[in-house]
Amino acid sequence: MYGFEAMTFNIHGGYLEAIVRGHRSGLLTAADYNNLCQCETLDDIKMHLSATEYGPYLQNEPSPLHTTTIVEKCTLKLVDEYKHMLCQATEPLSTFLEYITYGHMIDNVVLIVTGTLHERDVQELLEKCHPLGMFDSIATLAVAQNMRELYRLVLVDTPLAPYFSERITSEDLDDMNIEIMRNTLYKAYLEDFYQFCQKLGGATSEIMSDLLAFEADRRAVNITINSIGTELTRDDRKKLYSNFGLLYPYGHEELAVCEDIDQVRAVMEKYPPYQSIFAKMSYGESQMLDKAFYEEEVKRLCLAFEQQFHYGVFFAYMRLREQEIRNLMWISECVAQNQKSRVHDSVVFIF
Amino acid sequence: MEFIDNLPPMDLMRSEKMTFVQLIIPVESAHRAVSYLGELGLLQFRDLNADKSPFQRTFVNQVKRCGEMARKLRFFKDQVSKAGLISSAHPDLQPDIELEELEIQLSEHEHELLEMNSNSEKLRQTYNELLEFKMVLQKASGFLVSSKSHAVVEERELDETAYSKDRYVETASLLEQEMGPGPSNQSGLRFVSGIICKSKALRFERMLFRATRGNMLFNQATADEHIMDPVSTEMIEKTVFVVFFSGEQAKTKILKICEAFGANCYPVPEDMTKQRQITREVLARLSELEATLDAGIRHRNKALSSIGFHLMKWMNMVRREKAVYDTLNMLNFDVTKKCLVGEGWCPIFAKPQIQEALQRATFDSNSQVGIIFHVMDAVESPPTYFRTNRFTNAFQEIVDAYGVARYQEANPAVYTVITFPFLFAVMFGDWGHGICLLLGALVLIARESKLSSQKLGSFMEMLFGGRYVLLLMSLFSIYCGLIYNEFFSVPYHIFGGSAYKCRDATCSNANTVGLIKYQDTYPFGVDPSWRGSRSELPFLNSLKMKMSILLGVTQMNLGIVLSYFNARFFGSSLDIRYQFVPQVIFLNSLFGYLSLLIIIKWCTGSQADLYHVMIYMFLSPTDNLGENQLFWGQRPLQIILLLLALIAVPWMLFPKPFILKKLHSEVVLVSFCVTFFLS
Repeated sequence: MYGFEAMTFNIHGGYLEAIVRGHRSGLLTAADYNNLCQCETLDDIKMHLSATEYGPYLQNEPSPLHTTTIVEKCTLKLVDEYKHMLCQATEPLSTFLEYITYGHMIDNVVLIVTGTLHERDVQELLEKCHPLGMFDSIATLAVAQNMRELYRLVLVDTPLAPYFSERITSEDLDDMNIEIMRNTLYKAYLEDFYQFCQKLGGATSEIMSDLLAFEADRRAVNITINSIGTELTRDDRKKLYSNFGLLYPYGHEELAVCEDIDQVRAVMEKYPPYQSIFAKMSYGESQMLDKAFYEEEVKRLCLAFEQQFHYGVFFAYMRLREQEIRNLMWISECVAQNQKSRVHDSVVFIF
Repeated sequence: MEFIDNLPPMDLMRSEKMTFVQLIIPVESAHRAVSYLGELGLLQFRDLNADKSPFQRTFVNQVKRCGEMARKLRFFKDQVSKAGLISSAHPDLQPDIELEELEIQLSEHEHELLEMNSNSEKLRQTYNELLEFKMVLQKASGFLVSSKSHAVVEERELDETAYSKDRYVETASLLEQEMGPGPSNQSGLRFVSGIICKSKALRFERMLFRATRGNMLFNQATADEHIMDPVSTEMIEKTVFVVFFSGEQAKTKILKICEAFGANCYPVPEDMTKQRQITREVLARLSELEATLDAGIRHRNKALSSIGFHLMKWMNMVRREKAVYDTLNMLNFDVTKKCLVGEGWCPIFAKPQIQEALQRATFDSNSQVGIIFHVMDAVESPPTYFRTNRFTNAFQEIVDAYGVARYQEANPAVYTVITFPFLFAVMFGDWGHGICLLLGALVLIARESKLSSQKLGSFMEMLFGGRYVLLLMSLFSIYCGLIYNEFFSVPYHIFGGSAYKCRDATCSNANTVGLIKYQDTYPFGVDPSWRGSRSELPFLNSLKMKMSILLGVTQMNLGIVLSYFNARFFGSSLDIRYQFVPQVIFLNSLFGYLSLLIIIKWCTGSQADLYHVMIYMFLSPTDNLGENQLFWGQRPLQIILLLLALIAVPWMLFPKPFILKKLHSEVVLVSFCVTFFLS
């Protein structure tokens, strides 16, 4: 019942919405980032963070800190918050929250499979996995030799199974195939999430459609740019684009035939929302594209908080926190490697 | 007016007069001065470095060191409580030590402890492995015996060939940890034995089934003993398993799955004599290790208890040092870099105490230069500070929960000391329950000195903090209970006999016709004869409700009068004219009038229905009151009161904001003109 969420939303979602908005007010502000950028050592960063919500998570770390420790602890905080919200959530919010983690699950599967392909130690790989995307039998991924086995042995138990079942090939796993697998999985995941949000209806579907469409379009652009100059055919490339979003369907037709970055740019500039992103870059440049997209995403995620009584805030909060952790990682790395002039290259201020 | 002007200045109700002070402290005595001031607790420093981030401040290194020490102490505390020792407070058994010394001591202790932990962890690892091996041996041999005969029977059926019993060759040596399948027999049936966490067993089995496409046999048995996880020191339940399978590919798969699930595989020889021999060896090594482990734990506990002895003291010290440096970080260096400059607020009465503390600091740190302490002017409004003692503290906290008064605003906590417990008692009123409450409060007060040094639970802490509130509540409850004549809800003839008696000896018609009054009114409180009568409830309810209305209206009037004193104190005639006056009129023309009616009704014994009077005062004020008339001229009075109330509402709501807005825009205009002409 669109427009009438206010009547019933708070029965189940009110408490958690209050919680998530409380968490949001704990996000680091531009003033915090300015202070962090002035830090000389990682201890300074720890000291500054101890005055924020990260304090309790970092206070018991012995003094020679590493960037990985900081990132690990900050992620732990996000995971704790997520688990708390998941425990309190009722249907359909709990399913919605679970959907948020599937992206990490896909990344973890790809990470482990690639790692075992290159004969890395499984324990070492497990430590690198994002804790939000963990599932029970993730360690057994290493046993699988090809995609069919992967599905039959491990993934059939996970929520990723339906995304897999449609597109199994018995080809052996190699780097190219894995990357294609990642993108087909992501495509299926995004489409499924999109369908789910449409089913929820109301403000949730309105806001989530917008956010997911942006995500899908960004992936389409990235796939195009990354596949330029590879042996991926146009039809294969087109199969990897998600079947929704602003670019669907005509933009996809045009993107599929792009041969260099300037052609991509010409396609994207036909779409007003993306015009501003590409307008910031000079011709032939693609390094700054990631940051421009992140900035646009953060802007859209922040706008999700302007409306009440919808689930988009949970998605937006998780994404914003992840962006914040990326920022912290970049700042810590810059500080640790004495490259402070490059701090602003990749930090996206949230507020 | 003159009477009000001549009232005493109400010092009790206003917060302390504050003054803004500046301190110029020589560097050498700064630390001591701040710690003495901290013990005094009467000076609030202002942060002069608010624009600097924490790590740009002067004493950041000391703060960091304190943080590091606090981390070590938390680690010790964690270890001590994990070892099951109790760290009790032993105040001042040892002379004060310097911070630097403590830092060295702490890092030594930490180093020692970490080393011991890693050693015992290694030992524990080996011990666990042996223990697991023992359990695997015990359980798996059972499976092997049964399955061997089973397998043999099956194979006989298959090719009817007899097998010699000694075809199993022991290949794995005893402590070779990485071990896979048992030796194969001719039919290619092999096995892997090992141990796995019970929580993972089910998924492990399912995964094995899938990987081998069902071509395997999974046997499991719960291990008898729990195994301690060396990292979290928790006891984990484990399950021993034996998997039978055939083929080389299945073996690699199964071993990979074992690795992925963190299952430890141990070799079990199928030969009985070999098994017994290995078991004996394992047991011998286990007992050896146990002795070593015990010795290690004893040693560690001794070290921990010696740490735990000082832990509380150290923690207090570090916490205090950190607070001192945090305060020092709020101070500024002056131009010569030899002095620290601090600014802050203190109550005027505390100035001599502060000066005395500062002199002590100068003297104790052998400083040549004294600390300069002088009063300054400040633009911002001072902080509110109420001096409380242990009696008034709880009441002040109750009031603060609703909002802290502005500087020098009238403090309602003074009245709350009486009104809060009394209003509670009006509801609670029962002198039996009151006595119980009184005993509880007295126990808390009698053991005050003992309890205040203890750490209480959150609930007890609340009770203890409010012990004087409880005391007053109980006293008023006894008083109100005596008025209501209720002792655990039963009335007693305490103040003589009842004023009423039955009409005849049998008392048969007491409930229908009623009683007759034969002596004077019951001297104090409610007559006990009301108990059990048909009209008990209407009578008591009406009494208590009317009393509550009177008390409530009085309380609200008191609040409004306090706002008048505030407005006078701050010289704001606006508040008096457009807030206080209409409020008094509104409240008293409706509820004040109701109170008047109640009192008249009580005094005259009239039967008028006050509900009816109040409701029809609004609905049809011009109608005749009829039998509900209590006094002459009631109708015109009601009309006047109603009109007054109607006028009071817009009077209260509209003028004040508009006047404030006008004043504000005038100020803005003036400042604009001034800047315009100056520039």
